[in-house]
Amino acid sequence: MSPAPSVASKLYADDVSLLMVLVDTNPFFWGTAAANSSSLSFSSFLSHVLAFLNSIHLVNQLNHVVVIATGFNSCQCVYDSSETTNRISDDGLPAVYLKLLHNLEEFVNNDEKMCKNDFQTGLTSSLLSGSLSMALCYIQRVFRSGPLHPQPRILCIQGSPDGPEQYVAIMNSIFSAQRSMVPIDSCVIGAQHSAFLQQASYITGGVYLKPQHLDGLFQYLSMVLSFNDMTLILHEMQAFLFLCLAVWALTSTCSQMQTVFATDLHSRSVLQLPKPVGVDFRASCFCHKNTIDMGYICSVCLSIFCEHHKKCSTCGSVFGQPQADASKADRKRKAPGSPRHPRA
Amino acid sequence: MNSSKRKRSNGDGDEDEDYEEEDEANGGCLQAWERAYADDRSWESLQGDESSLLRPIDNKAMYHAQYRRRIRSSPSTFRIQKGLIPYLYIVVDLSTAASEMDFKPSRMALQKNVEAFIREFFDQNPRGQLGLVFVKDGVAQCLTELGGSPDSHIKALMGKLECSGEASLQNALELVHDYLKQVPSYGHREFLILYSAPSTRDPEDIMETIQQCKKSKIRCSVVGLSSEIFICKHLCQETGGLYSIALDESHLKELLLEHAPPPPAMAEFAIPSLIKMGFPQRAAEGVVSICSCHREPKVGGGYTCPRCKARVCELPTECCICGLTLVSSPHLARSYHHLFPVTLFSEVSPSYLSTLQLRIPKNCFGCQQSLLNPGNKPGLFVACPKCSQYFCLDCDIYIHGSLHNCPGCESLRHSKPVIDAEELKFAAAGNQISTAVSPSAAAQ
Repeated sequence: MSPAPSVASKLYADDVSLLMVLVDTNPFFWGTAAANSSSLSFSSFLSHVLAFLNSIHLVNQLNHVVVIATGFNSCQCVYDSSETTNRISDDGLPAVYLKLLHNLEEFVNNDEKMCKNDFQTGLTSSLLSGSLSMALCYIQRVFRSGPLHPQPRILCIQGSPDGPEQYVAIMNSIFSAQRSMVPIDSCVIGAQHSAFLQQASYITGGVYLKPQHLDGLFQYLSMVLSFNDMTLILHEMQAFLFLCLAVWALTSTCSQMQTVFATDLHSRSVLQLPKPVGVDFRASCFCHKNTIDMGYICSVCLSIFCEHHKKCSTCGSVFGQPQADASKADRKRKAPGSPRHPRA
Repeated sequence: MNSSKRKRSNGDGDEDEDYEEEDEANGGCLQAWERAYADDRSWESLQGDESSLLRPIDNKAMYHAQYRRRIRSSPSTFRIQKGLIPYLYIVVDLSTAASEMDFKPSRMALQKNVEAFIREFFDQNPRGQLGLVFVKDGVAQCLTELGGSPDSHIKALMGKLECSGEASLQNALELVHDYLKQVPSYGHREFLILYSAPSTRDPEDIMETIQQCKKSKIRCSVVGLSSEIFICKHLCQETGGLYSIALDESHLKELLLEHAPPPPAMAEFAIPSLIKMGFPQRAAEGVVSICSCHREPKVGGGYTCPRCKARVCELPTECCICGLTLVSSPHLARSYHHLFPVTLFSEVSPSYLSTLQLRIPKNCFGCQQSLLNPGNKPGLFVACPKCSQYFCLDCDIYIHGSLHNCPGCESLRHSKPVIDAEELKFAAAGNQISTAVSPSAAAQ
């Protein structure tokens, strides 16, 4: 159903959002999580996410949600709220859940079939760069749909660790998101912090969060704040949270009101959001993949090396004198604590 | 009834479209349904064809064809050595000719376009440095020094700039030549002038200055706002720059933005060298230290130089104490898309797919938009030769222009193409651009 342009101008106000949710379905991550009894299982994780999606629709019925599943071998869009037909199933679940779950199940089965010949052990990464790229293409399509469109943002719920082979692709996606002014929020449910998502949220102006208590995940995700009037906020917040708590938060032990990811962009300026923990901006050298503080950059292709080389391995250019082109100040002082490498 | 509605004050959200400012400006009372057509200029989307009949312009296909022609003509398909660290001086002409009104509101009001250019320049060249110079009353003066952050330049541009006197091309060249002499040899030296004056008033022999610039390897380009001038053409020819003349405001913007991406570096210009750089960590919130650029204590959020541990406020910068160039890895990563470009997508004709008995794809893989025109006829689409996923034309332009990632290649851990990549090459209608990377090797 696409409303006529004049109708759209009445309906689309500042607080309508387009939320792209990138859900990590990496079976290797969820398998190890299931083995660990204290962490979240995939089914309870899904119930938190579905409740969160429901809350987004509750805040504003025009909010548009798209869910993209990030698998191990592939990525796919599993749910688009603009395409849902209103249909109640036999067991009373509204159509919004049925379609999503059905598509997700199909996707996970297909994903598994594709890795029949691969036996991976340990922690492996999911294809975050693929789902980020798909989300950004979808957002561009929404931008093209006319002058009045919902405000887009991306929420990554990621558990798998970062894959270093995806570094360039993820950075490209981050810069494109920054240029289109699309914030990337991250909710990391794995054991370790994700440097890529920290940088993504920092550069695009989103929120990075690693929740302490995963059984209260819904409370971390949800929030009511789409009204610009401050007095309305408190009243509605109380009413909504009471409703949510009564229905869903039976297992939650978290009494803090964490209000993070459901907010639309305009309301974020009046909220106290989680402060960034600190972003690791150090680079890794191309030769050893170590994280380095100081290195040498090839002036032609900008590849990073930790020690001086005669020839660049990326672009093949042969270097001139190493110190003759350095700035004058650099030459004057000898670095007292610079790392000494055995090979020049 | 309309007038009484207009008198009500703006209070609520959704019923406000009756009280928009355009209504006040128009004076007359536009009905709500009329407002949807108030800015409609549908006659502009028609054009006459050979038999003097009107037909609508197919903007999308035309735009896409234009884009493909541009990609084809530029040699950027191959990994060429680009001058990745440009040092550019932009010279703004503030002579009396710049206050001419043929560009709305005046030629000088191209400040907005220069601002867009500065942002695009730093976007495409994160390591680049830019400086601003203006020419007024026959002399050239520096507006901002060479710097790596766009905000200081944009702030200076937004200040009040008056137009007066004559323009002097030679003085601008001399000033910029003096500044660019100090730039290290791995840097690519460039000069760009927005020239509105129809003539130049020079103290000495400008030909000598041009030869001097050529010897110092400064590439000079001119964007003209008046008529074509011989001396500008000569300057650009001698130094290997680009001379273009803007026809209107949008053309000016286009011409300016052409200068933003890194130019292909000519072999003898850029001497490759290894530059020592530091990657500072961002300090935690709440840490108090004395910042070395402003010489005053600051709380939280700075960067620590890894060599001398001085605190700096922003990146990229050169440490004031030890002179080490400080960058963060995202700054360098901005340029990596030049090194690993996305393969060009090939146009696919639906008739060929049906002869191969392959399903015509229903949705674009990137944006999930339907690839079928209304009436279930297949529209125009493209396919990636590596992963064989299908994309619509708009995604093609976005992927190659801004995203630099193919969603299909990124979403498949092991690319197993549905049809053979070699066959896909032959399926393309019209001219096929041979891609630099062989698709069959990548697909295995």
